[in-house]
Amino acid sequence: MLNYRIQRIPYSIKLGMSVILMMVLFGMALAFGAADTSVKDVLSALLSTAPNDQAIMLREIRFPREVAAALVGAALAVSGAIIQGMTRNPLADPGLLGLTAGANAALAITVAFWPSVNYFGVMLTCFVGAAVGAILVFGFSSFHPEGFTTLRIVLAGATISAFLYAIAEGIGIYFKISQQVSMWTAGGMIGTTWNQVLLIAPIVLVGIIISLMCSRQLTILSLSEEMAVGLGQRVRLIKSILFVLVIVLTGASVALVGNLAFFGLMIPHIVRAIVGTDYRHVLPMSAFLGAAFMLLADTLARTINAPYETPVAAVVAIMGLPFFLYIVRKGGQSFS
Amino acid sequence: MVRLQAKELQIRYGDRTIVENLSVSIPDEKITVIIGPNGCGKSTLLKALTRIIPHQNGSIVLDGESIVKEPTKGLAKKIAVLPQTPESAGALTVGELVSYGRFPHQNRFGRLTKRDLEIIDWALDVTGTKFFKSHPVDSLSGGQRQRVWIALALAQETDMIFLDEPTTYLDMAHQLEILELLQHLNATEKRTIVMVLHDLNHAARFADYIIGMKFGKIVKSGPSEEIITKPVLRELFQIDAEIGEDPRTGKPICITYNLVRGD
Repeated sequence: MLNYRIQRIPYSIKLGMSVILMMVLFGMALAFGAADTSVKDVLSALLSTAPNDQAIMLREIRFPREVAAALVGAALAVSGAIIQGMTRNPLADPGLLGLTAGANAALAITVAFWPSVNYFGVMLTCFVGAAVGAILVFGFSSFHPEGFTTLRIVLAGATISAFLYAIAEGIGIYFKISQQVSMWTAGGMIGTTWNQVLLIAPIVLVGIIISLMCSRQLTILSLSEEMAVGLGQRVRLIKSILFVLVIVLTGASVALVGNLAFFGLMIPHIVRAIVGTDYRHVLPMSAFLGAAFMLLADTLARTINAPYETPVAAVVAIMGLPFFLYIVRKGGQSFS
Repeated sequence: MVRLQAKELQIRYGDRTIVENLSVSIPDEKITVIIGPNGCGKSTLLKALTRIIPHQNGSIVLDGESIVKEPTKGLAKKIAVLPQTPESAGALTVGELVSYGRFPHQNRFGRLTKRDLEIIDWALDVTGTKFFKSHPVDSLSGGQRQRVWIALALAQETDMIFLDEPTTYLDMAHQLEILELLQHLNATEKRTIVMVLHDLNHAARFADYIIGMKFGKIVKSGPSEEIITKPVLRELFQIDAEIGEDPRTGKPICITYNLVRGD
């Protein structure tokens, strides 16, 4: 059994390898691109302050973009893992729970009524939208007297997401801003500046660190709620904290790259196939592999059809799908 | 001495009353078994006594203090509880799962101390699951898995262990194995054990004290000899039972039974 043999490799080695993988891919992401650069150029751009074109291009365009890719990849993977763990639902992903649709709708509304909105405004909008989307989904699914079950969450998520997408589209058509909105939502990492990265980075990093601190709690919660209570967890408090983390991490990612369905679903599955379902191991590994995978996806998005960009969402889907199907086929272990 | 007792307990789900005006004391360092027909509120009582679910009226007192006031982690250091057929443990290994039994004893950062590791080892040892330590829980058989869950409860290092139907889905030999393990823990470690069981003969054989429930009330409680009797079983389960004596244990045994027809 392949999974079994993989599981016997000590966790520290696996984590070390994922860190190395991420660093290598980061280096590759810097070296490859529409503009020809070599590893030497990258090093000199990083280490010296020589004001030549290439160095400036690397420092001001490619470098912030790849930092953003790594952050977003880590954030989406971690929030996907959290939401799958806490709902005990292998199909949960931030997109299914109304977060992405909420951000989308909020973005459309903002662009329609406040066309001159700046970057900070867009980010705030995405956050608020993601939160409202998630609150709507969990609010509706908890109407039932027995509270929300995973099935109800998924159904409410699908319904409310469809509703919110419809709103976004309707506004887009009516105000003739569809193109602007989709530029944001499907834009990938194009044109990410240092200012944007510096705005997002602390949020994502703090979010991930707090997530890691909650990883034991998440494992206990993923067993069953009764188990968690029995082991002395303050379930309601922990669930609220985890929710806020998911909203913050996803909101930040959506603000930066728009809609990346599937990513938050896929990475945790791959990670669980490698390290099992103890979230003490799943979360750090998700962060690093998520970052690595997103760096690879963005590098491909920039280079496949250079100098044109391929949408990173498409690259993620095409790269991830076969891998994901393989895991599912192999998989008894990856979830239930 | 009695450390845990409930008085005039009422438990509701929504507007459905499950348990009404129930008072019970759990004898210390003994094995208590709750029996009763489906839907009589056995599991609900078990959950309320361990504060998995809240109760609406009445009081539950542990060591002289209402359990409502007990901090969550504090309670988890005194009472371990295994819900009915725990959810799948996914790809958690046996060692990982059992290590979470130390959760209530750990601080925020959750480093396992030397003592934690010793207790985890002991829990694996005594339940005979040490060999599987690095195996995923879900790769084990039903009986092995149940022992792993019990190891988790043991690692919690509590004086009281509550189990909801710990023998469900196991074959006869494995059922016995689990019950003997619990009996052994009770005898050697003086753990108080409270469990829901369906098999009357298991209840008779392993319980020091049996609580018979019906319609959310206690019909009768006492030692096996007083509960596993023709009239009590008739009242509890509507069965006409033939009771004998187990030639090996001397405990009462239900040899055969029929449904009571009509009135």
